[in-house]
Amino acid sequence: MTQNIQLLMGNEAIGQGLIEAGCQVAAAYPGTPSTEILQAMIDRRGLALEPLHIEWSLNEKIAFEVALAGSYTSKRSVAVMKQVGLNVAADPFMRTAYIGTAGGMLTIVADDPGPHSSQNEQDTRLFCLQARVPVIDPASPREAKELIGPAYELSEKYQLNIVLRPTTRICHSRQNVATNKPQLLQRRAVFEKNPTRWAATPAFLPALHRQLNATLEKISREPTWQPRLTPGDDNDTRTALVASGIVYSHLVDLLNELGLAKVFDLYQVLMPYPLNPEFVAGLHHDYDRILILEETYPVIELQLAHPGAFGKQSGAVPREGELTPDLIYQALADFIDLEAPPDVPAERRGQRPSLCPGCPHRAAFYSIKKCFPKGIFPSDIGCYTLGMNLGAVDTVHCMGACISQGAGFYQSFRQDGEDFPTVVVTIGDSTFFHAGIPALINAVVQQARIIVVILDNATTAMTGGQPVPHMGIAAGGRPTRTIAIEPLVSACGVDYLEVCDPYDQLRFEHLLKQADDHIRRPDGGVAVLIARHGCVMDPVVRKAQASTIVKILASCIGCGKCTGHFECPALSLDRERKLAVVDVDRCSGCGCCIPVCPVAAIVPQEAP
Amino acid sequence: MKQQIIVSGIGGQGVLLLTRVIAQVAVDRGIPVLTSETHGMAQRGGTVLSTIKVGDFSGPLIRSGQADLGLLLWEANLPVHNSLLKEDGCWVINSANSDSGIRIDAADIARQLGNAVLLNLVLLGVAVREQAIFCTAVDCEKAIRLLAPQKFVEQNLTAFRRGQATP
Repeated sequence: MTQNIQLLMGNEAIGQGLIEAGCQVAAAYPGTPSTEILQAMIDRRGLALEPLHIEWSLNEKIAFEVALAGSYTSKRSVAVMKQVGLNVAADPFMRTAYIGTAGGMLTIVADDPGPHSSQNEQDTRLFCLQARVPVIDPASPREAKELIGPAYELSEKYQLNIVLRPTTRICHSRQNVATNKPQLLQRRAVFEKNPTRWAATPAFLPALHRQLNATLEKISREPTWQPRLTPGDDNDTRTALVASGIVYSHLVDLLNELGLAKVFDLYQVLMPYPLNPEFVAGLHHDYDRILILEETYPVIELQLAHPGAFGKQSGAVPREGELTPDLIYQALADFIDLEAPPDVPAERRGQRPSLCPGCPHRAAFYSIKKCFPKGIFPSDIGCYTLGMNLGAVDTVHCMGACISQGAGFYQSFRQDGEDFPTVVVTIGDSTFFHAGIPALINAVVQQARIIVVILDNATTAMTGGQPVPHMGIAAGGRPTRTIAIEPLVSACGVDYLEVCDPYDQLRFEHLLKQADDHIRRPDGGVAVLIARHGCVMDPVVRKAQASTIVKILASCIGCGKCTGHFECPALSLDRERKLAVVDVDRCSGCGCCIPVCPVAAIVPQEAP
Repeated sequence: MKQQIIVSGIGGQGVLLLTRVIAQVAVDRGIPVLTSETHGMAQRGGTVLSTIKVGDFSGPLIRSGQADLGLLLWEANLPVHNSLLKEDGCWVINSANSDSGIRIDAADIARQLGNAVLLNLVLLGVAVREQAIFCTAVDCEKAIRLLAPQKFVEQNLTAFRRGQATP
């Protein structure tokens, strides 16, 4: 066996593990903390021994369905998403539990306790309990990779989709990980028609449901996936510790540091659902007290229903947020009566994130806010959520919600009278393709009078620049058909459509006002303005545009417009001298701040 | 050998490359290593923190008061992350001011070399010079050659050496 040790991020380890296990169909929509899994497969596709289809799908539902059909043909497949992506894929995901799979299928859903970069901290393990899908909770990047092969075997043995649930601290941790040669499976695509299964009507579903429940019973007893016990000493045999996921690893480190390793019986739960009923009965029989540590919801704790449980349900462990080593120490100290750990100072907030210097979204938001100071601004998921720093984002909900929310705002205000506020929706290009198109058609059909600004920076920027359909490039740089935004918007029934670079402040603001006129005309409706300028994180974009590093003249009045309203991180206010200051290390030279200054004190550096 | 290290900065400063270089040194030496990193929204100029645990550990996070060494790229983060350091822990700080910890105006040195982002490796050079970190200069240079983008290897090595040489 060829093996070598590499420093791999958890997501890279998972991507490597998928290729080693002979996965042949991989589909994902990017989302932190899951994104680098598919990217790692793209980077390593040369290692694959057999054909490998990798795609950035338009959304998670599509990714799941593509992977599902791949499995129907006997090949190994994977769908990858973040936790809220599973909500988008929920419909096919739930039904797949009943219908099953053929070739091994994994769904990798990355949770984000904290949350660090998400709109909630929902627990995929609880989702799996409701969907009746087995779920694996790895404790380290290395373990996440090692469990992929066995998870495919489990999937194939029982013909079920299996979920692997890493969390942010697995996905974005690095570890020394052994890599192996990929497996050669030599499978040709076959599809065995069986409409009573693949197209099961309600008549067949009770039997399939019965079969699923019987299968879950068996899976709960599979030897590979049983909780792993590290026995304690003989001093306190009626007390146990139970943990899963990365929290288990934190607990192991803590016990070592406190000299408490192998004092109490310690269980690592590898598969939080379905739990073996004998394991549950054993804990009831063998222990009076158990400490249960898991992220983020009390999934194991609820299933154990142990009268001596210390956990989230009992209030002994924080019910929200990430379970950090400091919080675990506190919970353990309470549980086994240790001296209380030293107080942890309340977490202090550091620097808040901002749109990058030179970001075209900043220019667009500044103009929107300036043109419509009393407007309502529904926005969406992406870098541009940070438009809230400029006061130009009022709502952020979930992928694609902004257009429907904008329409809902209009309908509600409009029924109170003729005069309605200008609703300016901002949505990124990738988000528009993901879930914006049905919402746009709906807004047009319902005759909503709103302005939709599509912030088109030609990439999925927040997650590191995955391809978008209007650039004609697919995963890994493969050329493909280009699906332009403009004809799509027109086909949705939109009459007013303009395209403008938001760096051109005068023209952009002119078009915004024109759009406002349009929505207020007797025959007006949805107005779409495409704000088009490439993401400045793309070196090609930066190279192609003029660079005007700015300086501040002594005539600056310290009004704070450029630092507050425009909110460029390369500009700050020296409060003592009442002057704006340019951080030349961070200034991108976009020059967008120049027209912002009311006294023309921001000028190009080389100006006299 | 066990060492717990934090790297603190803001998105875009090169915290991730610095984290990877240090972790790679551990891998090259055959020592187990775990890191945790900040990705996502915070990378857009917000405060980011990496942790590196070298030696026999299971989890990547560092408890309050347990870090042996802190590399601080953004001085304003000091009150945010100070509590992670041991009482006798060592801070190496990018700063033009004089105060507690080992301080160096790494941004200024990096600017002289042509790019402010090089300050990350200037700080690593200082940590090696002070013998505050488990890696040697030879270890670090090998890891930098492996991990820095091909075009910038020499520039990164120069930054590292400047950190080592600056008194």
